[in-house]
This record gives sequence, C-alpha cells and structure tokens, in this order.
Amino acid sequence: MTLQYIIPKGVYAAICAGISACCIGGTAWGAENTVHEKTLSNGLKVIVKEDHRAPVVVSEVWYKVGASYEHDGITGLSHVLEHMMFKGTKKHPPNEFSRIISQNGGRENAFTGRDYTAYYQQLEKSRLPISFELEADRMRNLALKKEEFVKEVQVVMEERRMRTEDEPTAVTNEQFYATAYVNSPYSHPVIGWMNDLENMTVEDLQHWYETWYAPNNATLVVVGDVVPAEVFKLAEKYYGPLKKSVIPKQKPSVEIPQRGQRRIVVKAKAEVPILMMGYKAPSLKDMHEEWEPYALEVLAAVLDGGSSARFAKNLVRGTQIASSVDADYDAFTPRRELFVVSGTPAQNKTIPELEAAIRAQLEPLKTELIGDDELSRIKAQVVAAKVYEKDTVYYQAMLIGMLETMGFDWRMGEQYVDKIRAITAEQVRSVAQRYLLEDQLTVAVLEPQAMDNSPTAPRSGGMKHVR
Amino acid sequence: MSANIFGVALSAALLVATGVAQAGPKIEQWQTSNGARVYFVSAPDLPMLDVQLVFDAGSARDNGKFGLASFTNNMLNEGAGGLDANEIAARFENIGASYGSTVERDMAVVGLRTLTDPPLLNAALENFATVLAKPEFPQKEFERVRQQTLIGLAQAKQSPDAVTEKAFYAAIYGQHPYATEPSGDEETVKALSVDHVQAFYKQYYVAKNAVVAMVGALSRADAERVAEQITQGLAAGASASGLPAADNVGGGREQRVAFPSSQTHVLSGFPTYTRNDPDYFALYVGNHILGGNGLVSRMSEQIREKRGLAYSAYSHFVPMRAEGPFIVGFQTRTSQAVEALQVMRATLNDFVTKGPTEEELRNAKLNITGGFALRIASNKSIVQYLAVIGFYKLPLDFLDTYVSKINAVTLAQLKDAFKRRVVPANMVTVVVGSGPV
Repeated sequence: MTLQYIIPKGVYAAICAGISACCIGGTAWGAENTVHEKTLSNGLKVIVKEDHRAPVVVSEVWYKVGASYEHDGITGLSHVLEHMMFKGTKKHPPNEFSRIISQNGGRENAFTGRDYTAYYQQLEKSRLPISFELEADRMRNLALKKEEFVKEVQVVMEERRMRTEDEPTAVTNEQFYATAYVNSPYSHPVIGWMNDLENMTVEDLQHWYETWYAPNNATLVVVGDVVPAEVFKLAEKYYGPLKKSVIPKQKPSVEIPQRGQRRIVVKAKAEVPILMMGYKAPSLKDMHEEWEPYALEVLAAVLDGGSSARFAKNLVRGTQIASSVDADYDAFTPRRELFVVSGTPAQNKTIPELEAAIRAQLEPLKTELIGDDELSRIKAQVVAAKVYEKDTVYYQAMLIGMLETMGFDWRMGEQYVDKIRAITAEQVRSVAQRYLLEDQLTVAVLEPQAMDNSPTAPRSGGMKHVR
Repeated sequence: MSANIFGVALSAALLVATGVAQAGPKIEQWQTSNGARVYFVSAPDLPMLDVQLVFDAGSARDNGKFGLASFTNNMLNEGAGGLDANEIAARFENIGASYGSTVERDMAVVGLRTLTDPPLLNAALENFATVLAKPEFPQKEFERVRQQTLIGLAQAKQSPDAVTEKAFYAAIYGQHPYATEPSGDEETVKALSVDHVQAFYKQYYVAKNAVVAMVGALSRADAERVAEQITQGLAAGASASGLPAADNVGGGREQRVAFPSSQTHVLSGFPTYTRNDPDYFALYVGNHILGGNGLVSRMSEQIREKRGLAYSAYSHFVPMRAEGPFIVGFQTRTSQAVEALQVMRATLNDFVTKGPTEEELRNAKLNITGGFALRIASNKSIVQYLAVIGFYKLPLDFLDTYVSKINAVTLAQLKDAFKRRVVPANMVTVVVGSGPV
C-alpha cells in the first residue's frame, strides 16, 4: 500500500533495472502509436500519444522540480509538496481530489525524483475531463494550510522511517550517494534528511510551490484511447486560462572533480553485508561524445543484462563469490552520473573477496572486446523490450514525461533502439577504459551490527522538536 | 465540487448501470491432451505472448519441509534437458524473451514473455518446455541455490516488515500449511536434499495439476499448438488434494516481537475466507470502504489523514484456496504505537458495528465498476486474471459478471457479512518493535 512513492533514480533505473528489462525506441510497431504535441500560449507543453488497445487513458502532469533543485537545509521539500498537493485548493477541501478520482473509477498517484515531480490519473477514457479540471486547479490554486502540513510532514517522516531508517540497505545507499557527490544536489536523498523534515515550515512549501508550479514549467502527457484534437481542446479549456510565471534558472552545481578514491563503512543493525562501488560517469546531458552514455548502458548490460550476463554467469554461478550482484547506470539524467556495481557476498565469502572478484570482471573490459554474442543478445533484448513496453499506457506516458522533464526530447525515446544497435564492441571497451577509474571510484560497505533489541542506532539531534 | 465534474461522473455512472462496455475479454478454454487446463485470450495488437503455468504447488504443499516448494521452483532453470543454467538463460535472453517464476502459499508460477515472430516464438517455447519437463536439479546448483536462499532468509530477518509478516502468518495459522513463509526457514532449508526436490517436482509439476494461462497475438489454432508444446513433456499425474480448513485458532491474542527498529509494525487479523466464498463480493466491497481503497478508505482516513500517524494504513482480505487472512496493518514510530493501535481498533469496531453509509457504498461501487476497464487494459493484467480464474476454477464469465455482482451488493448484505465474518474480538495482533506498546 504505497500511496505517494519515490522514484529515487532516473528514467531507466526508475522503471526497471537498466537496459535488460525495458527500453524505449522505434520499431515498425512504434509507428502505430502516433505522438502529437502542442504548446499552449501559457507555455504548457501537451504531448498526446494514441493507443487504442483498451478504452482507457492515463493523464500525467510533470513539473521540472525535484530533489536536485533543493539545497542543504531544505532537502525533501519537493517530495513534501507532492504530498501536500492532495490537501486541497481554494475550490476543493483536503483529499477531495482523491475522492472525486475514486468515484470515477480512477487510480491516481504521484512521485518525486531527483529531477521531476509528477502526478497521474488512470481512468476510463470518457473521464479525462475530470482529471484535467482537478489537475489544472491544483497547478495554480493550492491552499497550503498549516494544520494539514503539520500532520502531513509527520506522515513523510514515517515514510522515511519505514523506507530508509529501518532498512540497512537503504541507509547504506543514502550514505553512499552522500559520499560520492560533494556539491552536486544528487548527494542528498529525495525524501530529504530527517533534520530538514523536522525543521520544514509551511512557508517553505508556499515559496517552493509559487516558484515552480506553473504551466510553463510543466508537461502534460496523455496516452490512451483518445483523439488528439479533442485532448488539445480540453487542455486549452482547463489548463489554457492558467497564468504563466517567471521560472528561475536552476544553478548548475556541477560536481567538482573527484581527486582519488573515497571509501566509507556504514554500521547498521543487519544480518547481511553489502558492497557498493560507484564510478563517476557521464550522462546524456554531460558527456564527452554522444555515443558514450549509450555505450555505458551496453556495458551495464554486458555485466548484468540478465541471468546469462557476466555477473550471474561468473560471480553468482561460476566462482560463487556473490549471492547477488548488480550493475546500474542511467544515461538519461541531466547531471553527472554514477556507474554503480553493488552486491552481496555468498555465505563464507567476504566483502574484500567480492570486491576483488568484481574488479577482476571489470578490468578485462578495458583491454578486451566484448563478444558478438553479448552485443547481439543486448540488441535483441532492447528490441523486444520496446514491444513489451507498449503493453501499458502508463509506462509509455512515463517515458515521455521523464525525458521531457529532464530536458530531453521525447523522440530520444523513439531513437533508443537504434542508438543501442549502433554501439560497437570497441566503443564499449573505450568507455570502460575512460570511466572505470580507481580515482573516480566511491566504495561503501555495510558492516552489519548485532541485531540486539537496544534502540536503533544514531538518531538525528532534532528528534525532541517533533510535535 | 463543480457541476461539471458531477455531470461527467453521472453520465459515466449511467453507462456502467446499463452495462455498456463492461464485458471482459473473450476467454477460450480447453484441455491439453495430457489434461492441463488452458485459458486463452487472443490479443492481436502487439506481436507478443505472455504465458503463465500455474501449478498447485505452493508452499502449502511443503509438508513440513518448509521452503521445498520455492526451492523446487527456483531449481527448474538451473539445468534441464542437457543444458546448464547459463545456456538456459542465454537461450531466452538471446531472443529477448524473459523467464520468471515465483511461489506463493497456493500457487507455483512459471512464466514466459516472448515475441511472436515465429522463429523467436519457437525457440522460446522449446526452451520453456525443456525447463518445465526436463529439469535435472544438479547437485552443485542445488547447493548454491540453498546458500542464496539462506542469505535471503537472513536479509528477511533485518527487515521489520518481513519479520512482522512472518510472525503474523505463524500466529494466525498455527499448524496449518499457510503458517510458514514460502521461502521457508533456516533449519528446514538446511535439511533439504535433491531427492526431496525431485519427489516434489514429480508429484506436483504434472499436467493435471497445471493451469496454462495465455494472452497474446495467436490464433486459437496456434494457441492450441503452443499449449501442447509447453505441456507435452509433463506427466499427466493427478491434481493436488484439497487443503485442510484454516480454523480461526486465535481468539483475540496479542503477540509482541522485540525488534530494534525506530517504528513499530502492526498486523492484525485472522483466517477468513476462500476464493469461492459466497460472501466474496460483499466482503470485497466492504473492505474497499474500510481499508482497501488507498487514501479514500477509513483506515487511512483515521490513521494517516486525520492524525498523521502512519505512511501506510490499510486492510485487505486475501482470498485463497483454504481460508485466506483478513489483515489490517500500519507502522508508526514506537512512541505513538499505542495511540495508532487504539485508532485502528476503534475504526474496525465502528465499521463492523454500524457498517458504512449508503453514500460510502455508492462511492465504493462507482470506484470499482468505473475502474473496471483499467483492470483488463493490458495483456499482463489479463493473464493474471486468467491464472486466478483457472487456478481457483472460477466461472469463465467471472469478468463479464463482475460489475453486475459488485452493483448487486446491498448495504444489508454487506453489514451482515462483516458481522458474521469479521469479529474484532477474534483478531490476532502482532506487534513488532523496540518499545513498550
């Protein structure tokens, strides 16, 4: 029962674990789902994709704001605001949004990431106007009430306790990113640090809302059994009257160069150790050559693009050093990324043994070419995943919304298969050489502490201020 | 609320009432030559096929060897028909097909998603059939899967969520086969052998104990060939016997488990009803109002929206072959667990005593029936419905009559069903956390 959840990573990592499970791109089948776009005079970009397989529609509003827009002291603000968006407007009292969507058979939710905040409703197709009316209303007319905020920020703190504080792998993950990044806003968690949540005010939220929630900072994506001209007309009717505003330019906060390896130990009550290794790597907005991020996606798939990929074959089954091991990289983000390898040692194996084994898998990639069989497997997987993706309107809308919101053109999704198909073994070797560098590496190790029943380890100092 | 919204809502509600566009997908049903029951929906729009083979081979069949059903299911693709695990995985992945498997208390599921381009389809089906019919359970892979399972069990011990669920099922099911987690426990997993797995496979992975659910771009004739191809290597065998009834052994107990977490996790409930229960629709609609409809339900309204006590507060019925549980749950920081537990109990008591209002019932029906189209909008969700319809032998018109059965539930029926079936005094409550509650 997760109602408002968080997607902590970018486009591909959010929907699936990398290239193996899904992708975007164009094939003969793609042509049937035509995409139409229009920008209203107030700057709202509207993208409509027809999919007539079922009499349903998904409507999503994406805002260009998320955790990476926050700085120290106000972390978690975007996500708390996402929660408050269900707490009423001048016209509708708290939670009525959800009740109306429910009465109309809809499913709804929202999610916040590092670079976006998004809201969606899935409905039987005739109910689309209901979504538009309510969503347009809360784009400009949110009523942020202190008494609602006081309760809701407690809900978010409970969410943080549930997802992070009481889950040792999540604690490790959070500290890993806080170590890998110094001044990039990717260093802090989407849900925010507990102390920042404890000191957040409704005025902070009001300011955040007024700064970022406007039609010219949003993209409306509609996918389903609809007629584009009618959707544009409806969009004009409901969203058209909204006023645009002046959106501040986000500071670049380009991550400073890393000067040597970073290594941390995380102690938490746990049973099983984990290892995380992250190499600084470019994204499609911060790259040396345009093909490099695609080659890094292929590299991740060589290692972990399924149960026949190298990690499963060599480390889980072959040497049996790992119980599990993953590679994770996301080309579609606006900022410098990490190429992350994480894993759990097999029983009776140690973290140093696992780390050495992972390095022994990475090193040859810098000197030897990957096999044709590996390359063709990865290409077959992206082609197939492109077809599978069309099974739900929700994922189709999500891909368009994420790409647009992170500053890419949705057409890059359509081109993805071709970009991956164009990658050569030499290019994969080249990115391995260029980016899997010792000095660009951050390592975090979860060192399990005894699970005795004394109160949980280090609390942040501000607990006494809680309500 | 504006007139505009009401206008749309009412006209749509009329559509529902007259039954327009509420038929489910056309389900075709037959048996393979060796007795597997096939449920098929033709979906020609996308060149892909989803298959789920569902065996009555869930952890309820562990028979004291807890974890055996999962272990058997996990071993199928670890070596089969002369191919090792690497080769089996490569043969799926080289053509973009994906293989998956899972075990719950009732079901063991083996699934395939593939493109339907004939050479790709045939290669995927051939490999799938090999995994199903010729698993070899090699000793070396067996030991590795055992180690991985033990690590998974250790990881579950560090998660308050997993610890609570395990304690809850153990508490409400006592000696019933539903009492244990599908992943098993350390002691029994350590004691499992290849012989146990082989015997389990031989008894349960047989055609007469299987349902084949398929959705994809195939003609009926092609679908028949596909179903034959997948199942032809299976022995005919026999369907599994029934499960014992799960009596409500609890009778209002509370059980505390010490755990070093900042939150206290609570699950409360007891075994209630089976998938074929005559009260199914009344209880389903009632629970929708009580705790099954996200933020709009009473549990969430009282615990989360009004008081900010928890991120997630809910209730649900889990219909199963034997009596599945009714569950109410939440988690909150330990210092306010007492308060939240009181709110949870008061909310349940009030609902069972007074029932919902007419308006709540009407709104719940509007949500369930108005959202019917969403339930069958993807191949993935249709194949899951087929698996459930087949496994529990629900009528083939289950989806076609769904909306009318929801609409037929009256307030009196709903109240009566809850009074008879949900007795708050019988709730078994499991409280996991670090503080006094």
